[in-house]
Amino acid sequence: MAHSAVPITPRWPSVVTAVLVLLLTIGTLGAVAWRAEWAGGLAPADWAAIRFTVEQALLSAAISVILAIPVARALARRRFYGRQLLITLLGAPFLLPVIVAVFGLLAVFGRNGVLNSLLEQLGFAPVSIFGLQGVLLANVFFNLPLAIRFILQGWLSIPAERFRLVASLGAPVGRLLEWPMLRAVVPTTLLVIFLICLTSFAVALTMGGGPRATTVELAIYQAVRFDFDLGKAALLASVQFALGATAAVFALRITSENPLGTGMDRTVQRWDGARASVDGLWIMAAALFLLVPLAMVVLRGLPGMLDMPGSIWAAALRSVLVAGGAATLCVAMALTLALRGGAVASVIGVLPLAASGLVVGTGAFLIVFPFIRPADAALAITVLVNATLALPFALRAIAPAATQVRADYGRLGASLGMSGWSWMRLVVLPRMRRPLGFAAGLAAALSMGDLGVITLFAGQSEETLPLAMYRLMGAYRMEAAASAALLLLGLSLLLFWICDRWGRGNAEF
Amino acid sequence: MKKTTYLPVAAGLALSAAGALAETPVLQVMTYDSFVTEWGPGPAVEAAFEAECACDLQFAGAGDGAALLARLQLEGPRTDADIVLGLDTSLTAAARETGLFAPHGVVADLDLPIAWTDADFLPFDWGYFAFVGNKGAAAPTSLQALADSDIRIVIQDPRSSTPGLGLLMWVKAAYGDEAAALWADLADNIVTVTPGWSEAYGMFLEGEADAVLSYTTSPAYHLIAEEDDSKVAWAFDEGHYMQVEVAGKVASTDHPELADQFLAFMVSNAVQSVIPTTNWMYPAVIPEGGLPAGFETLVAPDRALLLSSQDAAALREGALDEWRTALSR
Repeated sequence: MAHSAVPITPRWPSVVTAVLVLLLTIGTLGAVAWRAEWAGGLAPADWAAIRFTVEQALLSAAISVILAIPVARALARRRFYGRQLLITLLGAPFLLPVIVAVFGLLAVFGRNGVLNSLLEQLGFAPVSIFGLQGVLLANVFFNLPLAIRFILQGWLSIPAERFRLVASLGAPVGRLLEWPMLRAVVPTTLLVIFLICLTSFAVALTMGGGPRATTVELAIYQAVRFDFDLGKAALLASVQFALGATAAVFALRITSENPLGTGMDRTVQRWDGARASVDGLWIMAAALFLLVPLAMVVLRGLPGMLDMPGSIWAAALRSVLVAGGAATLCVAMALTLALRGGAVASVIGVLPLAASGLVVGTGAFLIVFPFIRPADAALAITVLVNATLALPFALRAIAPAATQVRADYGRLGASLGMSGWSWMRLVVLPRMRRPLGFAAGLAAALSMGDLGVITLFAGQSEETLPLAMYRLMGAYRMEAAASAALLLLGLSLLLFWICDRWGRGNAEF
Repeated sequence: MKKTTYLPVAAGLALSAAGALAETPVLQVMTYDSFVTEWGPGPAVEAAFEAECACDLQFAGAGDGAALLARLQLEGPRTDADIVLGLDTSLTAAARETGLFAPHGVVADLDLPIAWTDADFLPFDWGYFAFVGNKGAAAPTSLQALADSDIRIVIQDPRSSTPGLGLLMWVKAAYGDEAAALWADLADNIVTVTPGWSEAYGMFLEGEADAVLSYTTSPAYHLIAEEDDSKVAWAFDEGHYMQVEVAGKVASTDHPELADQFLAFMVSNAVQSVIPTTNWMYPAVIPEGGLPAGFETLVAPDRALLLSSQDAAALREGALDEWRTALSR
C-alpha cells in the first residue's frame, strides 16, 4: 500500500478483527458441522420455512424503509424543542429484547389492547394482531428505528453548502441532492433489516399465530434442541448464510457511491419550502407507533419496581459490565475495518447478521468445552459474541465517516508525513467522534438486551439481566419480570444516551 | 524481589485449594433453569443435602428440559455432570440412547398415578398438563368440547417447548389415529403458538387468550403465593397427559456413592416437602405432612395418560407432522 495517498495505518488490526469474525460465524458453523452425524437433507417443512422466512424478511425490510424515508426527512429538516430526545427515544424499540417488545405491542394492538378498546368504543369489530400482519408489525416496530437512524444520518451528511447552492439556483433538491443520497443509503439499510429479519425466531413464532410462521432459525432450534441433529442445523445455517450472501451481493450492486463530496460539515439549513404540517404528521405518526408500546412497557413495569429480588441488581450490574466490554471491543473492531475499507471489510462487516444465533452459541460451546468449564467462560464469550453481533451496526454507523475522512484529509495527512497514532489521534478520532459515540451506544444497548449465547453457558452466578428476567417469567413472577424489563429498557437507553452524548461532545446537534 | 514474595503465596494458595478439594468432593448436578433460581427448589435442596453429605453440591442450569438434554449430548462422555435432573418421559428415550446413564438403583415407594418401572430414571415430581382459564368463564369438559367451542387458547410450540410437546402427546394418547382430526377442529381456537411456556402464560395473564396450556397445579401458585383464587384448571373427560420429571445418574461420575446418596435424597421427605410450593408440581412421594394447604382445591383428573418413553419417541415425528399440517391450513 506504499502508493496509497492515505497515511499508512498498520494492516494487522483489521486482520485480527476479520479472523475473530470469521471464527465466530463460519468457525462456529464448522464446529457444529464437524460434530454432526449427517442423516438427510432438507424436508418439505424446511423448504416451507425458508420460503416464509424470505417472504417476511423482504416485506419487513421494504415496509420499514418506505416508512422511514419520510420520517427521516421530516426529522432532518425540522428543528423543534426535544428533537434530540425524541430521536434517542425513537431508537429504543430496536434495543429491546423480543419478549419485552412483544408484550409492549400486545398492550397496544392485542385483544385487550388500547387499539381494540378504542375500536370497540367506536363500534367497530376488534382486529387480531396474530398472523403475517403481526409478524410484519413487530418487525417494523423493531427495525423502523434503525431505518430512521440510518437514513437520517444520510440526510445529515448532505453538506449544507450543497443545499445553499441548490437553493440559490432554484434547482430541485429532491433530484439533485436527496435522490443520490438515498441511492447510496437505502440499499444497505434494506440489506441490514432483511438480514435481521432473516435470522429472527421468537418474533415470527409468537406473532405469527402458528406453524405457518416457521422461520429457518426455529427449524435450527428444533434440530439442535429436540432432534439433536447437528447436521441439519449446520445445513440450515448454511442456507441462511447463502440467503444473506445473495441479498448482500444484490444490495451492493444497486448501491451507488455518495457523490456529494465534502463541505464544511455543518448540519443542514434548508431553503426549500417544504410544508411543515406534512413533516409534523409523519413525526407524530412515527412517535405514536414507536413510543406508545414503549410507554406500555414502562406502565407494566412500574408497580413491581420495589418488589424485585436482590439478584436482579447483581444481574443488572453484570449486564452493564458486559455491555461496556462489548461496546469497547465492538467499536475497536469496527474502526479497524472502517479504516481499512474495501469490499472484504464490507463482507466481514455484514457476515454476523446472517449467522444463526443458536449455531454461533452451540459452535462456541463445542470449541470452548474441551478446555474450559463453560460457566467460567460465559461472560467472556458473551462479550465477544455480542461485540461481533453488533459489529455490522457499528460499522454501518462509522464507515461513511471513515471513508470521508480518508477521502478528505488523506492526501493532506500523507503530505505532512503523518502516520499511525498521530493520524488517528489528530485527524481520525476527532472527525469520527460522533459516529463512534453512536456506534458505541448502539453496541452497548444491543448487548444489554441480548439473550442469545448466555443461555447456553450461564450457571447461577453468571446470569445477565435479560436472562434473570426470563427466569422470573419462568417462575410465574410476571410482575417482577415486567419490572426487570423496565429496568432493562432504562439501562439500555441510559447507556446509549451516555455514549451518544459523548459522541456529540458539546456540539449543538 | 516481587517474584520471591509472590511465588510462595501462590503456591500456598494452590496447595490449600487442592487440600480443600480433596476434603470436600463436589457433586455436579445439571438441571433446568427454573430449578436453580431462588424461587425454585434448588437452594433448599442444596442446603439440606450439604448438611448431610459433607460435600459441595453445585447446580448448572441449562434452559428447559429439552435444552438440558441437548447440553448433555453436546458435552458427551466428557461431561462433568454427575447427576442430570429434570428430563421428562418424552426425552428419556433419547437420553437413554446416549448411553451416558447408569441405573439409579433407588427403591422407593412412589405415589404416582401410574406404575413406574424405569430402572435408569427416577421420578422426583410430576404433574398433569391442563388448560388453565379464569374462574367463572365457560369451562369445556373435554378436548373435543374445547375444539368445538369458540374459546381462544394459547399453546406452546412442540418443537421448542416441553409443555407444547406434552399437548402433542396428550392429543395422540387420547385420540390415536383421530388426532389429526382433533387438531383440525382445534386450529381455529388457537390464538398463537409461543416458543416457550413463559410467553404463553404471560399472554394469558394479559388477557390475550381465554386459557393457556399449563398444569393442573398452576392455580396453586396463584392461590398460595398470591392469594388469588381466580385461576382454574379444566378437568377433561379424555383424561390428562402426565409430565413425570426424572433424575438420572451419569455413568462416568467420579463420585458414584455420592450420586446414589443424592438420588435417594431426591425422593426423601426433605426434598419432596419443598417440591409443591417451589416447583409447583406434585411430589413423587407424598411428604410426611401431606400436601400443602390449597392443593386440595386442585382438579384431580379421573384418568392419567402417559405414553411409554419408547412410544413417545416413536410417535413424535408423525404427531408433529399431523400438528403442523392441521395448523398450517
